[in-house]
Amino acid sequence: MKTISDLELSRRGLLAAGAAGVAIAAVPPAEAQPLAAQPSPAQASVEFAVNGKRRELQLDTRTTLLDALREHLHLTGTKKGCDHGQCGACTVIVNGRRINSCLSLAVMHQDDSITTIEGLGTPEDLHPMQAAFIRHDGFQCGYCTPGQICSAVAALDEIKAGIPSHASKSLTARPRPTNDEMRERMSGNLCRCGAYSNIMEAMADVAGSKA
Amino acid sequence: MKPFTYERAGSPAEAVSAAARIQSAKFIAGGTNLLDLMKLQIEAPTHVIDVNGLGFDAIEPTPEGGLRIGALVRNTDLAADRRVRRDYGVLARALLAGASGQLRNKATTAGNLLQRTRCPYFYDTNQPCNKRLPGSGCAAIGGVSRQLAVIGASDACIATHPSDMAVAMRLLDARIETIDANGQARTLAIADFHRLPGSTPQVETALERGELITAVTLPKPIGGTHLYHKVRDRASYAFALVSVAAVVQRDGSGRLAVGGIAPRPWRVEAAEGAMPRGAKAVAAGLLAGAKPTHDNGFKLTLVERTIGAVMAEARS
Repeated sequence: MKTISDLELSRRGLLAAGAAGVAIAAVPPAEAQPLAAQPSPAQASVEFAVNGKRRELQLDTRTTLLDALREHLHLTGTKKGCDHGQCGACTVIVNGRRINSCLSLAVMHQDDSITTIEGLGTPEDLHPMQAAFIRHDGFQCGYCTPGQICSAVAALDEIKAGIPSHASKSLTARPRPTNDEMRERMSGNLCRCGAYSNIMEAMADVAGSKA
Repeated sequence: MKPFTYERAGSPAEAVSAAARIQSAKFIAGGTNLLDLMKLQIEAPTHVIDVNGLGFDAIEPTPEGGLRIGALVRNTDLAADRRVRRDYGVLARALLAGASGQLRNKATTAGNLLQRTRCPYFYDTNQPCNKRLPGSGCAAIGGVSRQLAVIGASDACIATHPSDMAVAMRLLDARIETIDANGQARTLAIADFHRLPGSTPQVETALERGELITAVTLPKPIGGTHLYHKVRDRASYAFALVSVAAVVQRDGSGRLAVGGIAPRPWRVEAAEGAMPRGAKAVAAGLLAGAKPTHDNGFKLTLVERTIGAVMAEARS
């Protein structure tokens, strides 16, 4: 059963309701009937931890992890850009690994541990990567920034774990956080403001290397 | 997305029997390609079977001295595996040349083989496409076809297979292990796995309905210098215009497979004998019968030059 808090009125919600209202009014009653007879979409339950907090959700099976975070848990730090895994704005860290939350069903994350930008740091207690993005001006409009920061944190962890990349000269030597390595590893995060060079400065600062 | 019911399969038997029972069921593992297509309603399963809990996630040595890669091994883990990096460098390189860090963390070995073409006309549901809607026609032929196939295509479809990993797997003579709805196992050579389009471009692999990939095996290492060159419109996170996977031995002999030019990883074993004679001779054998479009004739030259670059690097 939906509660009032689930149905919080947002501008987008009102627009959608308005459009639906118009559509229903335009359909003659005889044709509207089959619509009402359609079975309700399948639901499934899932339980996972988000930023250390246990969450239990009953969801339309089609709900992506991204929509579960934003629309159901109201963690709107994670952004929806392309919704097709091309821009990286929705990047979150699941069980220590960065993924595109738009290309994953929420119900597939039973017992997973999810970290979003809200879980990395707070305005009072910034994650070192958040502080470095501010120090190096690693953004302009800020829309891609939560995804960039989650991706940057996980990318440095991947270098530390010895995972090679396309930019690694040797497949067997330990990768280092060079500019080439970081640029390659961040290619799944687009920034239309073009803050790339400053993002590299921020990452290099955190990694203790030179951009 | 169209509505669907969802189940987490607890065993391989459970997964294949659900797929046999429900006509329009789909297995989901990484989901990075399937969900993208479901959002566009190009794929519209009524039931989704999550196979992530089946435990096919180990990389183990085989008695023959090769490697058995579980179907669910993520692209990141496969590329990072110490044995793969040491003995099958071309596979690690191909994996790392594909997609983004985020996608490789999710994408699986079996899913990578099964990913669908990125032909823009397959994605654009306003256009005819014989692969998406059999019999509707092909908008790519005569359309913008710069990315599309120059060989192995048909009058019905000129889509390419988009995988980098599969090109290296083809080079290494990988074998694909599956189980069917009755739990019966079989093994297919990767050369027989991806189908050419002919008049049925919607049939992309040799898998039967409801058949599930459980592992991919690699024969024992063949030594040599392992290289993967990918040529694309930007330096990272783009599909190949042309890619060349190669293992070159000291005497100049070796193997070559090409990506980005055909509906499946393109390898012509008979052409490999020409490797010591140089790129031109190899490319001529590899591309015999090629039929480029008005847009992508450049790929023929690009294949030859990329092979040349790979062979030069192997010598150096």
